[in-house]
Amino acid sequence: MTGNIVSLAIVLLLLALALWAVLVRDAFLAIAGFVAYGLLLSLVWVRLYGIDVALTEAAIGGGLTGAMLIGAVSRLRGTESAARSERSGAGLHVVALLLSLGVAATLALCVLVLPDPAPTLAPQVSENLAVTGVGNPITGVLLAFRALDTLLEAIVLVIALIGVWSLAPDRFWGGRPGLRHQSDPDGILAYFARLLPPLGIIFAVYIFWAGADHPGGKFQSATILAAMWMLVLMAGLADTPHIGHRGLRFGIVVGPLLFIAIGVLGLFSAGALLAYPEDWAKPMIVVVEVALLPTLTLILGLLLAGPPQRSDRGSKA
Amino acid sequence: LNVDTLFGLAAAALVGIGLYGLIVLPHPLRKIIAFNVMGSGVFLLFGALAKRGAAAGLHADPVPQALLITAIVVAFAASALAIALIVRLIEATDSASLASDPPNEAKD
Repeated sequence: MTGNIVSLAIVLLLLALALWAVLVRDAFLAIAGFVAYGLLLSLVWVRLYGIDVALTEAAIGGGLTGAMLIGAVSRLRGTESAARSERSGAGLHVVALLLSLGVAATLALCVLVLPDPAPTLAPQVSENLAVTGVGNPITGVLLAFRALDTLLEAIVLVIALIGVWSLAPDRFWGGRPGLRHQSDPDGILAYFARLLPPLGIIFAVYIFWAGADHPGGKFQSATILAAMWMLVLMAGLADTPHIGHRGLRFGIVVGPLLFIAIGVLGLFSAGALLAYPEDWAKPMIVVVEVALLPTLTLILGLLLAGPPQRSDRGSKA
Repeated sequence: LNVDTLFGLAAAALVGIGLYGLIVLPHPLRKIIAFNVMGSGVFLLFGALAKRGAAAGLHADPVPQALLITAIVVAFAASALAIALIVRLIEATDSASLASDPPNEAKD
């Protein structure tokens, strides 16, 4: 009973925040609403027994996306009023409203007539989880049963980063992404940027390692590491690397490459692409996860930083 | 009304809200936010389905849940690319308008 009331309250608040993020006039307020929405959504994941999803949502859906949107809105400030003046006509509003209501109503109807009992792969996962050597079923799915999805996802991230970089003006190609941040070296930001990263790194390693048997894993861990990196960058204690830096480029592709190599190895040792030879599943999964960690950390951080904006000679955009 | 139906219906509403904003809002950054709301509605629907698949001692079907983690990360990457495109559009044209002279036509 209490649980139902809590769920209902969360749903009402969630819908109110979604309406706020869409309808409010000021873009910055909309983003603030969206960040709160992302955090609330992670509570919903907890109620749906998706602790791993909740961690990812809080870190990436609310945190990183929010930080990226705030960075964008500060650069786009001047364009807001101009866009407002070209508000679409009343006719379009009515059509959009009818369309959205129609889509929402159709989906709601589908939810109400879902088959019972629901189709599920949970029994297969729990039967075969022991073979993978990991105790967290989500990790088992991500790195063994549906490893292909995870591999393709890592490749999508690399392609997205190439896409962002290729938006750089020609004169900045090979330069550094983002602005050079400067802050008072004795200020509170610089203080926290020295204090927090060691703790963040320990926490990230814990989340990473615990992911084998408990909620957590490389995505959540990589987000924490990327956040620590961003903190150091924002405090001006370090600068973003040149996008042509060999070590950086190696770090970006090492995860997918090693994943592919192990996947192809599976063709010979276990008879299928991305299959692990018997008794070797756990070590192989650990190798893939360790290799994916720098890839994910670098890509998440660099996607946040955006395309290169400064050439080597320190000129500024 | 059990919890997965409740969140499933909320997901349907979120898709509607996001779709409306995506069509109506003129500023591309606002379109990205609306698109993310719509996307999270789809994710939530998927999550509600995962919860319905609880069986064999697991509280939810881990397969859709694992795919959700992948989806959230990919959605972030897509948003990053979209934002980079907008910033570049503004640098190149000094305007965030997606309208070309015949109104409501997408600009390439």
